[in-house]
Amino acid sequence: FLLTRIELASSSSCSDPFVPPSWERQSLPPGSCWAPQRFSKAVLVIIDALRFEFAHFNPAKASPRPYENKLSFLHHLVTSQPRHARLYRFRADPPTATMQRIKGLTTGSLPTFIDVGSNFATYAIQEDNLLAQLVQNGRRVIFMGDDTWEGLFPKKFFRSYFFPSFNVKDLHTVDDGILQHLYPTVDSGEWDMLIAHFLGVDHCGHKHGPDHAEMAKKLTQMNEMLRSLVEHLGNDTLLLVAGDHGMTETGDHGGDSEKEVNAALFVYSKTPLFGTGPPEEPEAVAQVNLVPTVALLLGVPIPYSNIGEVMAELFSGDGDAVSAALQQLLVYHINAKQVDRFLHAYSLVAQDLPAEQLQRLQDLFSGAVEEHAQLLAQVQGLTLVPPELESRLGSLIGRFQLYLREARAVCTQSWARFHPLRMVGGCTLIAASCLLCYMASELATASDSFYRSCLLYPLLWGLVVAVLLGLAYAFTQNGLDLLLVSSWAAAASQLGFFWYWWGRHPKRARLAGRKLHWDGRLTVPEGPKQQLLGFSSYRREIWYLLCLVAMLLVCVRLSGFFHQCREEIPQCRPSLFLSPLASLRNTRAKNLFYLLCVALLAGLVCAVRSWLRHYGNLNSSDPLVLFVRWGFPLVVLCIACYWAVASSADDSLGKLQELVQVAVVAFPWAVYGLASVGLLLLLCNPMTVFAKDTRESAGSIVTPYLGVPSSEVDFLHVIPQIYRRMQESQKSCLERGGCKATVAAYGLGSVYSAALVIALTLLGFLLMLLHSERLSLAFLLLFLEAFVLLHIHTRARGLAGDAEPFSVPWYAVISWLLAASQFFYSTGHQPIFPAIHWNAAFVGFHLDHSTNLLPAVLVGANTFASHILFAVSCPLLLLWPFVCEMPSSQRKKPKKEPREELQEVEEHMMEMRLRESPEKFSTALLQLGLKYLFVLGTQLLACVCAAMILRRHLMVWKVFAPKFLFESLGFVVSSICLLLGISLVMRVDCAVSTWFSQLQLR
Amino acid sequence: MKEAEIRRLLAANLLCVFTIVLTAVVPAFILDGFTILGTHLAWLCICSVCVSTLNIILHLVLKPNLTPKRSSFAHKISRFLKCCIYFFMSCILFHAIIVLYGAPLIESVTETFLFAVLLSTFTTLQCLCMLGPNIQAWIRVFSKNGAMSIWESSLQITTICSILGAWFGAFPIPLDWDRPWQVWPISCSLGATFGYMAGLIIAPLWIHWNRKQLTYKSR
Repeated sequence: FLLTRIELASSSSCSDPFVPPSWERQSLPPGSCWAPQRFSKAVLVIIDALRFEFAHFNPAKASPRPYENKLSFLHHLVTSQPRHARLYRFRADPPTATMQRIKGLTTGSLPTFIDVGSNFATYAIQEDNLLAQLVQNGRRVIFMGDDTWEGLFPKKFFRSYFFPSFNVKDLHTVDDGILQHLYPTVDSGEWDMLIAHFLGVDHCGHKHGPDHAEMAKKLTQMNEMLRSLVEHLGNDTLLLVAGDHGMTETGDHGGDSEKEVNAALFVYSKTPLFGTGPPEEPEAVAQVNLVPTVALLLGVPIPYSNIGEVMAELFSGDGDAVSAALQQLLVYHINAKQVDRFLHAYSLVAQDLPAEQLQRLQDLFSGAVEEHAQLLAQVQGLTLVPPELESRLGSLIGRFQLYLREARAVCTQSWARFHPLRMVGGCTLIAASCLLCYMASELATASDSFYRSCLLYPLLWGLVVAVLLGLAYAFTQNGLDLLLVSSWAAAASQLGFFWYWWGRHPKRARLAGRKLHWDGRLTVPEGPKQQLLGFSSYRREIWYLLCLVAMLLVCVRLSGFFHQCREEIPQCRPSLFLSPLASLRNTRAKNLFYLLCVALLAGLVCAVRSWLRHYGNLNSSDPLVLFVRWGFPLVVLCIACYWAVASSADDSLGKLQELVQVAVVAFPWAVYGLASVGLLLLLCNPMTVFAKDTRESAGSIVTPYLGVPSSEVDFLHVIPQIYRRMQESQKSCLERGGCKATVAAYGLGSVYSAALVIALTLLGFLLMLLHSERLSLAFLLLFLEAFVLLHIHTRARGLAGDAEPFSVPWYAVISWLLAASQFFYSTGHQPIFPAIHWNAAFVGFHLDHSTNLLPAVLVGANTFASHILFAVSCPLLLLWPFVCEMPSSQRKKPKKEPREELQEVEEHMMEMRLRESPEKFSTALLQLGLKYLFVLGTQLLACVCAAMILRRHLMVWKVFAPKFLFESLGFVVSSICLLLGISLVMRVDCAVSTWFSQLQLR
Repeated sequence: MKEAEIRRLLAANLLCVFTIVLTAVVPAFILDGFTILGTHLAWLCICSVCVSTLNIILHLVLKPNLTPKRSSFAHKISRFLKCCIYFFMSCILFHAIIVLYGAPLIESVTETFLFAVLLSTFTTLQCLCMLGPNIQAWIRVFSKNGAMSIWESSLQITTICSILGAWFGAFPIPLDWDRPWQVWPISCSLGATFGYMAGLIIAPLWIHWNRKQLTYKSR
């Protein structure tokens, strides 16, 4: 309850739902779109991590550092041909990771971490971008260098030479490869745009840092490269040398510090570009500005989502000042129109741009456009004299510039900003929730009224604060920030909790503080093993436990075979078991695996059924039991058929194709249907108890019942599962003067766990259906490991002689959770987006989803399968020791006479012991849930902290942020499933009590 | 009496530590191209052999435990054979446990096995020397408050330290630092060795520190 209200701390990344580019050509001059083409060819040389200081040449410097004054050729060009070349400071936007920068350099927008509109499965850029525009307009684009581009722009290039970029230690492969191809390609002339991405400087920075002799060598090499490249260029070619980001003093990048965002841009052409000479200090331009500039210079449309501003001085041409200004005005106008359209389209689909600022921008834009139109009319009417015209042109250009800059500022503000305060707030909130969980679970033994006061009032407090805040926002007409409100409410409710807590139990606080240390010692993950050493007297038990631990180890080891690979580990091979059976070539192996999987399924069903029978839960003729008896095999049959159909070769069946099409859809639906029917039955009538009421018919059935079944039942169904309600019936017996009238209830001892096990099996079937066939092996391991863990827990507890039967020790909860996260990986998942099993969305569907909800649920269930199973089965940790009390009493059983059952009843209560003290039972459940949530929350907190502290890390968008997202989603899923599991147990509890009351009425 | 024994223990343990250091240094002068990292397997062999001989010699010289009552020649031989069998079994058991903890099953079997031998040298061999092939005594020593002399306390500490060291040694393996000592099983065996050495040094100090509290029951 309180804990699910956790704010996602990183507000750094925003959703980015761009509308798909719907580009219509407008009226354009022939040969080029939008603006007259100035250059027919362009060479874009990207030198990764080219910091501005690297490119800047300062001849006055006496003793340059290794990275300074190395690109002397650029300086030479700038000084000798001031109207041909210019150097800029190139301001990159954070995050300064190469992939995000490439996106920025081509789309002209600010890429954030998740582009919701795009497909997660590939990294390819779906938005409109410069390359797409070039290709669309029939230009030939040649690329050489970093293979990140291959993933971003698959099949866009006319020709390409990719080189691996991942090995940071390797300084030369990429650069040498490019140099090998660069000059022949340039000379051949079969290109319109050539992109060369050099990685050496960046790798050198990562390996040695900028202040190193290697860096000097690398920069000198780049200098030579540029020198000879310029010699190869023709007159109609534009040369752009850009760094995609800078680097810190340690050679890293990814954050937003001054040194990281400060890159260099150098522009050169053999025809004069600029109207005036260079300014003293190089100008700073934003990185996104490159996109509209290059697009218009090459005469292609500006990409749809660009928010950059054209670099006007490149358009001045060689005419006089007025025509230059007019020309600049034209490109500004185009640019502003494009940005306005984008903002308009964007604000229609997303609300994260503040409305009043948008309005202001709109006003600015329309004003400028109107004036532009007026001015143009006046120019055509020749009513203006040059000086006035010039000043008006200048002011108009200024207005357009203002508009574009403000638009960009607005976007930047709402997209690319970390909120350290909110992050810290979120972290403290999670930490406080964890602490709360911990304390609540420690205090669970306290009175019930405590709960009511401590949990109810804070909730009320939270609601009140939320309403107050909401009202305040409504009055001040501010934008209502739902996230903030909810987090404030959560904080308030927690404060309320702590307040009450301090007020009521000041002494306990100190106690809990001391307990904290004590528990810290206990929570070693190797808990079960620690206990092994302690008790040498129980030799037999210890051997049993040792065997269980060995089995657990075997399970863990075997589950390692099902791992998926991350792309960061190149030598890792993904497990064979992950691919669906249909992809197997070898028919024999395929059949073998298929049979194995089906056998496993059947084995699972048999195991569950025999377990239930062992505890006597299969005797009645209730619909649920019937379902377990007949429905389970049916489900297995359906799954098996589905797998058979899905894995058979496509063409082998020939005429049966249509039938196959039907079957592929029908079988999963049958499974869904059966499983949901089963779950519904479970909800309606969760009792798997078979009651034999012998009171009424005592006279007639006496002899057969006492004679045959007592032996038969003894042997087949093992009498200890029978819990006889002796208190009442015994009384009635005595009253009637005979001991024959009793109520025999089979399987009452394991009502709760039976219901849970049935639910778990059904869920397991569903999830298996969603995974690829051979992962059912992993699921079998999962069930086995859970079983072994439960047994270890029970045994260890029996050894320790635990005084408190109603509390689950920490090590059990922690190992349970560790197993859950272990099987997240062992069912072939990884916390990265390409590793999500997308085909799970199409199990039982034919590539057509009306809504996004259903596939999301399916894929989510697939991804968090182990979280779901382990969270639902969490109450078993509490129940299992009671269920397992049986074997110990079983041994005593045969010696005793049937008549002496009165004493045994006390021993055979099993789960009925829980009924004896309902308050304790509910508190124990609550405590267990809180403990589980606490451990989960700690895990989440660690992830959040890692993502927060490392938000400047090079790999943050690849490793930490996805991990954080997956972890928080898993947290939500787990908490929901935990709630479901607990509520299922509660439902069974209700059913049992109604059953008892009915029994008493009879 | 107690002080003198602690001093003897310290001397013996320091000798062990010294031997391990020597096994790392001396062979470099005798064999060409010997380094701990480069020719790790050779070092593993040398180290286990040296440590085991030293342990046996120390055991024969110091005789920390009481001599058994019957000591006929045949009895001694059978004891010795039993010890050998136990040692071999412990090697195999350690191998299995290491594989269960994630070592490759098929590749680099030699490395894994030699590592298992090293671990058994550090743990089982000592137990065999001290307690003989007597499982009951082992269980007694490794249960709570089971040690009956300072030698047995020292045994407890060194054994636990070496196993813990081996476990911690596995931590850096998955990191991507590309260091030569991250190769299996170098970090683990080094961890075990350092743990063992630390245990050897810690044990006498700890016993000395707690000599007031330590009261050993007699048999």
